[in-house]
Amino acid sequence: MTDWPILSTVTFLPLVGALLILFIKDDTELARRNVRNVALLTTAFTFIVSLWIWIDFDSSNPGFQMVEKADWIGGSITYHMGVDGISMLFVILTTFLMPLCILASFESVKMRVKDYMIAFLLLETLVIGVFCALDLVLFYIFFEGGLIPMFLIIGVWGGKRRIYASYKFFLYTFLGSVLMLIAIMAMYWNAGTTSIPELLQHKFPAEMQTWLWLAFFASFAVKMPMWPVHTWLPDAHVEAPTAGSVILAGILLKLGGYGFLRFSLPMFPLASADFAPFVFTLSVVAIIYTSLVALMQEDIKKLIAYSSVAHMGFVTMGIFAANQQGVQGAIFQMLSHGLVSGALFLCVGVVYDRMHTREIAAYGGLVNRMPHYATVMLIFTMANVGLPGTSGFVGEFLTLLAVYQVNTWVAIFATTGVILSAGYALWLYRKVIFGALEKESLRQILDLTGREKLLLYPLVVLVIFFGFYPMPVFDVTAASVETLVNSYTAALEAAGHGAVAALH
Amino acid sequence: MMPDLLSSSLAIAAPELIMSVGAMILLMVGVFIGEKSSQTVTGLAVAVIIIAALWLTLITPLGSAFGGSFILDPFARFMKILVLIGSAAAVVMSVGFAESERFNRFEFPVLVLLSTTGMMMMVSAGDMIALYLGLELQSLAIYVLAAINRDSVRSTEAGLKYFVLGALSSGMLLYGASMVYGFTGHIEFTAISAVVAESGRSLGLVVGIVFVLAGLAFKISAVPFHMWTPDVYEGAPTPITAFLAGAPKVAAMALLTRFTVQGFEPLSGQWQQVIVFISIASMVFGAFAAIGQRNIKRLMAYSSIAHMGYALVGLAPASVEGVRGVLIYMAVYLAMTLGTFAVILAMRRRDGMVEDIDDLAGLSQTNPVMALFLTAMMLSLAGLPPLVGFIGKYFVFMAAVHAGLWPLAIIGVLASVVGLFYYLRIVKTMWFDEPAEAFVPMAIELRAVLWITGLIVFPVYIFVGGPVFDAAEAAAKTFF
Repeated sequence: MTDWPILSTVTFLPLVGALLILFIKDDTELARRNVRNVALLTTAFTFIVSLWIWIDFDSSNPGFQMVEKADWIGGSITYHMGVDGISMLFVILTTFLMPLCILASFESVKMRVKDYMIAFLLLETLVIGVFCALDLVLFYIFFEGGLIPMFLIIGVWGGKRRIYASYKFFLYTFLGSVLMLIAIMAMYWNAGTTSIPELLQHKFPAEMQTWLWLAFFASFAVKMPMWPVHTWLPDAHVEAPTAGSVILAGILLKLGGYGFLRFSLPMFPLASADFAPFVFTLSVVAIIYTSLVALMQEDIKKLIAYSSVAHMGFVTMGIFAANQQGVQGAIFQMLSHGLVSGALFLCVGVVYDRMHTREIAAYGGLVNRMPHYATVMLIFTMANVGLPGTSGFVGEFLTLLAVYQVNTWVAIFATTGVILSAGYALWLYRKVIFGALEKESLRQILDLTGREKLLLYPLVVLVIFFGFYPMPVFDVTAASVETLVNSYTAALEAAGHGAVAALH
Repeated sequence: MMPDLLSSSLAIAAPELIMSVGAMILLMVGVFIGEKSSQTVTGLAVAVIIIAALWLTLITPLGSAFGGSFILDPFARFMKILVLIGSAAAVVMSVGFAESERFNRFEFPVLVLLSTTGMMMMVSAGDMIALYLGLELQSLAIYVLAAINRDSVRSTEAGLKYFVLGALSSGMLLYGASMVYGFTGHIEFTAISAVVAESGRSLGLVVGIVFVLAGLAFKISAVPFHMWTPDVYEGAPTPITAFLAGAPKVAAMALLTRFTVQGFEPLSGQWQQVIVFISIASMVFGAFAAIGQRNIKRLMAYSSIAHMGYALVGLAPASVEGVRGVLIYMAVYLAMTLGTFAVILAMRRRDGMVEDIDDLAGLSQTNPVMALFLTAMMLSLAGLPPLVGFIGKYFVFMAAVHAGLWPLAIIGVLASVVGLFYYLRIVKTMWFDEPAEAFVPMAIELRAVLWITGLIVFPVYIFVGGPVFDAAEAAAKTFF
């Protein structure tokens, strides 16, 4: 163990890259290539450095590790960083997906390359910061700050209705978050601190928990997104450039789930138990309703966006089942969804770059000319469906198992979502990949290039690896999740809460 | 005995003396040399302000002067430094404008000096006579400034409107002050506070407080006394708007804080209702009214109305952390306002100044640096982290939450979402729209102001925030 501030290093490395890019002029093709390479190298290097966090991580320790602490602004807000089993893998997921995003944008982004890369690097810093922050206000700063680069990414490099989509994204999520800000202040005055480890030990009065829970829910439910506040997501996804969608689905959606795990469940256990049926209802509605909506889509990206909402339903369901399987399953589902949905958006990007359309009807019979692509797409589609042997299965199965112990009906309804997801995913796959190659415009389409293979193959490997052997993830998360679940049950028992009986 | 008392009083009031003597000398210089002296006078005015500021921070002792009429406490010093920074920056930013718009008037810096002296008086006022003196000196100079462009109908109209409404508000303030005097028998804030603590409230006193608050609300352009703001902002020459938006607001907010917290702390339950109302009204009105604006100066007027509402959020709880919040908020507001006006003053094409938001179209491509800074300013005004505007909002709302003023806090943050909408429109225009014709290169002094304020907005505040926070905390403790 060294005292090197590894978390700050990983958090701010992308910012260093962004500063470097700031000094490159992007007026020639050569300079633009430099910009791309600097961005790629920065993110790749950040990923390598971030692996050190995983190596150095002590899985048996349920508390926060690699903690850094410094006073900031008169000691009322502290710069406090650290990771535990819940947050650590999200950091790795972020640093892993970022180089892929940069690489995916090498050819599709031709305009204002410099600004684009800076926005992405800035976003990476802010997102890693969210997962590492151990001070509530610091968390909020990173959490909200991420909206700015994402707004620009959607708005500048997006599709036709980009302005509408970017506004909707920004205002929706900001509206949800400001209420959380008020709750953060109330927590400060009640507990006398904004330090997350201390707040985890603090017991908030039962009535206050309800209000705090609702305020945090407003923010995380929008971010997640949960039905019925999910409507910004399809718009944002459709209009965002490919890499923007990958980040949005792969990482930004995880912020909501992470928030539930970090704040709602451990800090407001009584309110969480009270609201669990409410969350289950919303989750089940999300799983069934958005799956049905996905069946009706004509735009590939929109279909995947709706399927994301449905998959996030499993996550919220697992989190609020509040037992070991549920929480671990939710974390796994988020990580897996990060890989799978990210990969699916990359796959869409591959054909979009060639044909410049995302209409499902514009494709068909791609298997004839793009066998590699068809294979890769098949694996990710199956992972999205949750086929055993892919990472998608593990998370869905665990969350269903967990919720079955709490409420059988919820489990039954949620399981229908698995069938529906098979429905829309297979339908999409058949329409796009199979069939005869009839469209004139598709006759000259080329299979995956070397760069695209480099993008997609690592994801294929990971999706299958974690499908067969999810233990690396569970090893890391187990200790922290156990502490979380135990303290949650203990809090309910101490308060003599009715939900305890259901857990036993 | 007497000479000692006088000399110690003069020592405490030395910065104001420097300002007023400086203003008179510069007036003489201007009068005798004539129009072509404007450059010299401008430069010297900035020098006078800097000397006064240095004198204030390094030499002037704290204490009360002239039998308690004039107080220099940490609070006054903090606010005065802000006022001086605001004035100095406004004078500096007028240089390029004066050249290109043939706005060569040596009266401008002289009037700014006089007005600033008035503001410093306001900040230091220990009784109601000093309060009125300072307020009127400040306002009279600004009435003239608003109408300084005599040949422009808009400017004249702005000045006249400001004058008429300002005179009305001064009348209300005077009337209220006289009622307060009538019911307490004192004009000094500390003495009033003692009497009020002892004998409690009376109806006449409450009426008096409300009248004084109305008069002061006019000066900070809080709803419902905001009507003059958009017209004056739009009509006055832009450097004057830049001045108007910064320092006078800081001074009036300081005065309002001192009057309510120092003078009427025991009655905080009474005036709190008024402050909460004007705060909510300002935040909500400022947010919604700005949505439809096309002219960026008008937009800034509504934005400043909303911002005064946010600052008042910190005043409402009448607590240390609240006053601390107000101080931090005003510091932050000043930086953001000056930076934004530096950009507005740089919105110039070959055929003259432009003021429409649409003229900023595609600025991120024609002038990336300016666009980046203006984006930071706008998002900071909207209160988004990690920019400094968030820190300002955080501390005022924190005080309101501590005091349990839930409606104020919740309506406030919701209004900030509406506010975000119109700030985003400027960001959108700069980044998403197709480029319009480029602006002429930015003048060096504007660039300096923009870089300094821009870097404060992000990321310099991260490093200097601590000391400023401590100073604000120390200043806030003067009243409790």
